[in-house]
Amino acid sequence: MKLLDLLGYYNYWVFAVVLMVGLYAVISKNNLIKKLIGLSIFQSAVFLLYITMDKVEGGTAPIIQAGVENQIFSNPLPQVLILTAIVVGVSTLALGLAIVVRIREAYGTIEEHEILGAD
Amino acid sequence: MIYVFALFLLTLLVITAVAIVRTTNLFVAVMLTSIFSLLMAANFFILDAADVALTEAAVGAGVTTVIFLSALALAGDVEQPRLGSRLLPLGTVGVLAVLIIYATFDKPRLGDPDAPVHQHVAPWYLEKTPEYMDIPNVVTAVLSSFRGYDTLGEVFVVFAACIGVLFILGVRPPGPAAELPAEPSGLRHHLIPQVVGRLLVPFIVLFGLYVQFHGEYGPGGGFQAGAIIATGVILYALLEGEAEALRAVPRSVLLGLVVGGALLFGAVGVVCMLMGGAFLDYSVLAADPVFGQQMGIIVIEAGVGMAVCGALLSIFHAFAAREGRP
Amino acid sequence: MLSAPLVVLLQPRGLAWAGATAAGLVSFAIAVALAMAVLGGETQTYAMGGWPAPYGIALAVDDFSALVLLLVTGAGAAALLAARPSVDKQIEEERQPLFYAAWLLGLAGLAGIVVSADAFNIFVFMEISSLASYILIAGGPDRRALPAVFKYLIMGTIGATFYLIGVGLVYMMTGTLNLADMQARIGDVVDLNPILVAAGFITIGLALKAAVFPLHVWLPNAYTHAPHMVTVFLAACATKVALYVLIRFDSMVFQDKLSDHVIQFAMFAMPLAVLGILVASAVAMFEGNLKRLLGTSSVAQIGYILLGASFVSQAGITAGAMHMFNHALAKGGLFLAVACLAYHYRDLRLSQLGGAAARMPWTCAALVLCGLSLIGVPGTAGFISKWLLITAALDAGPWGWTLVIVILVSSLMAVVYVWRIVETLYFQAPATEETGIVEAPLQLLLMTWLVALLNIAFGLAPAIPLTLAEGSAAALLGGMP
Repeated sequence: MKLLDLLGYYNYWVFAVVLMVGLYAVISKNNLIKKLIGLSIFQSAVFLLYITMDKVEGGTAPIIQAGVENQIFSNPLPQVLILTAIVVGVSTLALGLAIVVRIREAYGTIEEHEILGAD
Repeated sequence: MIYVFALFLLTLLVITAVAIVRTTNLFVAVMLTSIFSLLMAANFFILDAADVALTEAAVGAGVTTVIFLSALALAGDVEQPRLGSRLLPLGTVGVLAVLIIYATFDKPRLGDPDAPVHQHVAPWYLEKTPEYMDIPNVVTAVLSSFRGYDTLGEVFVVFAACIGVLFILGVRPPGPAAELPAEPSGLRHHLIPQVVGRLLVPFIVLFGLYVQFHGEYGPGGGFQAGAIIATGVILYALLEGEAEALRAVPRSVLLGLVVGGALLFGAVGVVCMLMGGAFLDYSVLAADPVFGQQMGIIVIEAGVGMAVCGALLSIFHAFAAREGRP
Repeated sequence: MLSAPLVVLLQPRGLAWAGATAAGLVSFAIAVALAMAVLGGETQTYAMGGWPAPYGIALAVDDFSALVLLLVTGAGAAALLAARPSVDKQIEEERQPLFYAAWLLGLAGLAGIVVSADAFNIFVFMEISSLASYILIAGGPDRRALPAVFKYLIMGTIGATFYLIGVGLVYMMTGTLNLADMQARIGDVVDLNPILVAAGFITIGLALKAAVFPLHVWLPNAYTHAPHMVTVFLAACATKVALYVLIRFDSMVFQDKLSDHVIQFAMFAMPLAVLGILVASAVAMFEGNLKRLLGTSSVAQIGYILLGASFVSQAGITAGAMHMFNHALAKGGLFLAVACLAYHYRDLRLSQLGGAAARMPWTCAALVLCGLSLIGVPGTAGFISKWLLITAALDAGPWGWTLVIVILVSSLMAVVYVWRIVETLYFQAPATEETGIVEAPLQLLLMTWLVALLNIAFGLAPAIPLTLAEGSAAALLGGMP
């Protein structure tokens, strides 16, 4: 009981910390690829938040097995949402990287301050 | 017991995240990101989210890493040390973190079955899935049918990413154009990857197909399957060289897969409308509504798998084709 | 039936401009039909997949949605009709099908957001439209489009993720994703902290997408370096849809529960709106590049819309909604005129555009008309919304007079920057002796004039948008005690 409580709050704190680590990378790093990595960390933290919500004590993955009665399941809805969100995240990332590649070709660098200075 | 393990995993997650931000070698950062995804996937599994764990592992740790690496090959992999003060970002971030943690104290306890999240909609899904669809995997049921419209949107997000990358990288880069090498390149001269890879590729593709069609019975479904099959082909491309891979699965086929997958999904919806139901209401597809639901789910999952596979491969080829130019 | 997104989605291979335009026109027609149905007095709803909400995803169109839907599909279709000459000049032929496909996706995404009644569904379509707009902007011929779109991508994704966090928190406390359902269930929530935090996240996330001051920094560069027709489309709709979601979420979900809500929203939104209006208008007065000037002016206009909404009164929201519509007309027309100018003039800095009026008289005249609407001269559409805004401000209590002064001062600033444009076009000597600068191609020109004339038409006869706007305010305020 106690451990599960602690774990519950710990999950949320980890979420907050990882979220901010990612955000920090996006805001303060100059290298464009680093920013994108930070962005993906930032998004992953959100996934953690949603999935943490879906756990039910003593439950199991929401797959109904024939012949087993009265199973306790964890909530399927956040999982569906996160599946979608993961795919959206990857798509954004792919686009972002394509843009970075073009920037590299056009400017010769992927450090933000150099790019801003070049124009 | 497993909760201690979870605590450990979560701590590792934080450490990895910090390490990623601090390192200046981008290659290291990308590898660490891959590990980060894997840790996330393990965590999801502990939290009973099997489908999500599979997707995060396949897409996050697998495909994302490949795309990052291809971009790194084109853009250079060392980050310059930052100038300027860190105070403002650190400050903002710190304040926000405190705010969020403050908000956590009122949240429902982890695992509490009485939390609002678990009332209302969720039990309805769990109850009604056997009745309406008779498939074991509730997540797939919700994803493809109850909230199928969202999934349609998601397929179009993937589609958008695909045409976006093709569009953006469709511009000829400055400098002399390099021909695709006439003879196969790739890792031909390295024996171990060759042997192992050749063994693996057919199994990977087979596994991908398994995941696709068993999405209703166990964790799996279109997205994971698409990613897995794409990974198999990418492995083939790495081994045999891009030219061979393009000969095996040419660009036009890829584009056809992407467009076909998206249209297939949409078409199912329209067919439902034409047969008298609402958009994406599968129960009108067959005489027996339950069977209709199952049919509908299989078809759209196939559409999803096709689209994801085609898109990921197109994106990979778009990046790879630019390789070798300075 | 709500097949607007569907029709657009089924054209992924925009093989020709014709295909794209046809899809755009069909969606516009559907939007008009929906608007007429809504004007008849009922909200249209539709359950996706036959599953009733909140188990399934529902679509709902009421006055507010209908208004925004009209302007989104209208702008998309109009821009497409005019697009061909401009796009041919700016984007290589092999990439054009991809470009038009992205356009359709953007249109579908925006339309999908507006008709949806489910919070997560809004997120999915928001990302579709965002990805599409990144693609469209990146098509710009100038290499500066690339860092601009990268910045937009980063800020936009942070915004979307914040929105997702907010929705997650609300879901955690209410257990549902359907907006109407949330409104009902939020009354049962005991612990308010997560809701407050959620409100904060959602607001910041959407503010990023809507370019509310001070989170607007991505906008001027993105609009300036995008291909010209893309700027027409985006300036008319993209940010407005984000504002739409913000206002809707706020009114439906948060108003009841958060006590002193009216004061809170006003406290946060109003100062930002005012700052946005003043700062942006001031900066626009000094801008040298025509597109960037108009882009910065858009930030100010977004401030007006937010200001209207922050009054949380019948008059205020009506004003905000009307301004969404009118600004789309005015800015859309202005950017269309810019596209005409750009057809022959390579460089869009004001210093290079001298004397354009002599060579492109129709274009410049249309530009002047739309500029007048932007300022809010009586007889144009812009006047209607400014007037409503002033009336709402006067009703708003002790700060009313200050706000009226703000509105008037900023309108004066608008006069200044529009005058600068007019002066350059009509009165300055040409910078270079370029021959061969004639009037813009007919397709572009016709569309520009159509939009310019619409500005006047809706200025003199604003009945339809006005009814919808008033209806929106009533619907949004319906839950207020």
